[in-house]
Amino acid sequence: MNLPALKFSKTPRDMNRRDFLRSGAALATITLAPGVTLMSFGGEAAANADAGKRWGLLIDVNKCSQDCSACVSACSKENGWKLPENPETDAQWIRKVDLKDLLTGRESSLPMMCQHCEDAPCVDVCPTGASFKRKDGIVLVDKHACIGCRYCMMACPYKARSFIHEPLTDQKAHAPRGKGTVESCTLCVHKVDAGGTPACVEACNTTGNGAMMFGDLNDPESDIAKALLAYPSIALRADLGLNPGVRYSNL
Amino acid sequence: MERTIYREIPASRPVIQLAVLLGGFIAAAAGAVLYIEHNGHIVTGMNNQIVWGLPHVFAIFLIVAASGALNVASIASVFGKTPYKPMARLSALLALSLLAGGLAVLVLDLGRPDRLIVAMTEYNFSSIFAWNIYLYTGFFAVVGVYLFLQMGRNTPYSIVRTAGTVAFLWRLALTTGTGSIFGWLVARSAYDAAIMAPLFIVMSFAFGLAVFILVVTGMCRLTGRPFGKSLLNRLGRLLGIFVALVLYFTGVQHLTNLYAAEHGGIEWFILRDGGIYTQLFWFGQVLIGGIIPLVLVFHPTGGVKPVSTILASVLVILGGLAQLYVIVIGGQAFPLDIFPGFQASSSFMDGQVNAYSPSYLELLLGLGGVALALALTGVGLKILRILPTNLSDGNVGQTP
Amino acid sequence: MRRLVVALLFVTGLLALPAMAGDLGPVIPKATGVAHIEGNLFMRINHMKLMVHDRDMTVHEGDRQVKYSLKACVECHAVNGHDAQPVAVTSEKHFCRVCHDYAAVKIDCFECHNSKPQISSSALLKPEMPDSTEIAAYLKEATQ
Ligand code: HEC
Ligand code: HEC
Ligand code: HEC
Repeated sequence: MNLPALKFSKTPRDMNRRDFLRSGAALATITLAPGVTLMSFGGEAAANADAGKRWGLLIDVNKCSQDCSACVSACSKENGWKLPENPETDAQWIRKVDLKDLLTGRESSLPMMCQHCEDAPCVDVCPTGASFKRKDGIVLVDKHACIGCRYCMMACPYKARSFIHEPLTDQKAHAPRGKGTVESCTLCVHKVDAGGTPACVEACNTTGNGAMMFGDLNDPESDIAKALLAYPSIALRADLGLNPGVRYSNL
Repeated sequence: MERTIYREIPASRPVIQLAVLLGGFIAAAAGAVLYIEHNGHIVTGMNNQIVWGLPHVFAIFLIVAASGALNVASIASVFGKTPYKPMARLSALLALSLLAGGLAVLVLDLGRPDRLIVAMTEYNFSSIFAWNIYLYTGFFAVVGVYLFLQMGRNTPYSIVRTAGTVAFLWRLALTTGTGSIFGWLVARSAYDAAIMAPLFIVMSFAFGLAVFILVVTGMCRLTGRPFGKSLLNRLGRLLGIFVALVLYFTGVQHLTNLYAAEHGGIEWFILRDGGIYTQLFWFGQVLIGGIIPLVLVFHPTGGVKPVSTILASVLVILGGLAQLYVIVIGGQAFPLDIFPGFQASSSFMDGQVNAYSPSYLELLLGLGGVALALALTGVGLKILRILPTNLSDGNVGQTP
Repeated sequence: MRRLVVALLFVTGLLALPAMAGDLGPVIPKATGVAHIEGNLFMRINHMKLMVHDRDMTVHEGDRQVKYSLKACVECHAVNGHDAQPVAVTSEKHFCRVCHDYAAVKIDCFECHNSKPQISSSALLKPEMPDSTEIAAYLKEATQ
């Protein structure tokens, strides 16, 4: 596998209706109700999805231990999906994949989740635009627009998405989930927006393995960008040219 | 040759019995949908690996057959073949009904069918799915106008012909679009092939004509209207040509895939190691849906018997369902190769052949779509002047 | 348009209620925290639009300081059941259900969203009383 250059283009698609809405929000509200001023609409609080950033992960496969699944349980706890009892139909935002090199027999293990592609196939195929990429590179499902057609699951080369097969109750307030829609790793967007780190990375650091690194790929000063520059790493299914935001080293 | 007379079908006893039967299937499908809606897709056979199941097999079959059902009308209006002209109206009506039935299944199998309005108001133009929504609505409009013009008392032939040409071109686009839903899935080695679009077009020719033959002969029989033996034979031979084309394109599809190294895995899976999918391919698609119908319609003595053509049509439909099952479900059953050179395993079935066993709910939903399509055709025949009173050879200008 | 008519009818009905006899209309539970500056009437008519707008702001722009967050609605508008714990939307006492049951409006929000306040974030939202030393310091400053 060879690594295509990391490219961080800003296509016109990134500049969407909502950029426009944000600036026009105050106006829209006034027409909504004449005579009522809504002070919080003026857009004084900056949106947290920053077009200058591109969030990503670097996973050091050497440091990932085969019998550790701290990242998986942390994600499940953070986002309120239960650890698979029925692996065929239960949602799995992140999973541990055990690998065996067919030639050398060497065994390794790594976490798999949404790879947050720059040219995400799920975004391309989604008929309603529910699958979308935030300006900062995080690929999400807008579950308010998802009709549950599952075309994105057909299109994803990484099997990163799950369909919710059953009615759910008592979800986490910051991670609403419900029957009939598709979901996947959000890179803990609610934490990232608050300046935090995804739960899996935190858990991995707590175990002492330190196999996962999170950061802004666009910022040359960030640890992750420096590490990517210094050591070889790969994108999974690099042949598809999707430029994922998740990279693996020492595979 | 006398003038063709079109008449509504009477509500005779057999017609009513048929209507009740179809109504039963539709009601059962409605029940299945409500049950799935309430409990979630957990009650179906689908899972996170096989996300498109049996309902999609039926839906795609109906949509593909819809555009193929228009063939007879196209041959009549666009290519000016007289014997086909009396059947052109039925051909257009059947095309509309089949599409409606197929779309109903597709929509009712969504995770959130209640959000259909979102699908119709929010478009993502890079999605071939969204384009298909236009192709489908356009098909209704174009074929609807075409049917209307045909039925007009004094519509000049040139106008019917133009409408027929537009409908013909539209149907080619529609099938290309349906085929491209799969062709665009670069991630899955089973679908990543340009041949998908032309393959779907020839499939539509064959499936659509097979359905048409069964419906037209069935309705004539039910209402006691004559249907010419050599006309049927002629349709049968045409079906034979289409079936041969499907076999040819299937061959090309698999041979080119075998040649491309990265697709070797999926090829051996379908052709040799895939268990149920291999069996469905060789016995369902190739033997039952291909070779036997060819022998039936082209056999020097047996081929001229009406029963051969009827039987061949039934087999083509069964083979077509098998073919779509292999394409849709077999293609998903084969594991994605995320880590070339490694053997992968996980709690999410990485590196494993994915299992799928359809539930009877999905079967009911699929059959309900077929019943809906047939029922709509029946309603059309009942209220409109679509079916000719006499399709005997002498009457349609078919020389035996 | 249809929506506006329904909302207006509903609101006029609500306003006319006090004039009529007692328990006909929905009894809207009291909320905690500061009331909406737009007024209750405005909220009754427009809450869905406001939430949809802010929902897109959060989901697409990552703006988590939006005013009409569904998370916040269920915090301030929590209704306690017999066990003194906030009720879920399965109970007809739930704030969002009182009117909707009355107006026969069906919403699907709580198929995904939690309808009960979550302890973690509610602690952040409840206006806290300044403690006595702070008040003393303030008084001292004010009287100087
Ligand atoms: C004061 C009564 C009242 C309360 C309390 C109330 N609603 Fe509503 N809501 C309405 C009415 C009336 C409508 C219908 C408006 C219409 O159809 O035009 C409505 C409509 C809606 C809609 C749009 C439904 C649709 O299909 O168009 C949503 C979403 C909604 N409400 C959410 C909420 C949520 C969430 C809450 C709780 C935080 C809530 N409402 C509390 C009165 C209320
Ligand atoms: C900071 C706390 C707070 C938050 C957050 C909040 N509300 Fe309120 N809301 C109130 C208060 C206080 C009132 C006034 C209650 C009263 O008059 O009894 C009120 C009144 C209302 C009313 C009118 C009720 C009536 O009596 O007619 C509606 C409707 C309403 N809120 C909906 C919402 C919705 C929807 C949200 C979420 C987008 C929300 N509120 C968020 C505190 C809050
Ligand atoms: C299929 C699941 C689903 C349904 C149904 C749903 N939501 Fe959401 N909603 C989500 C998800 C997922 C988020 C993203 C949460 C995040 O990023 O923190 C969200 C976020 C939001 C937000 C911003 C975050 C917050 O808590 O304020 C609002 C507002 C919102 N939804 C309103 C609604 C309303 C109103 C409805 C009903 C009309 C609704 N949602 C129905 C899944 C759903």
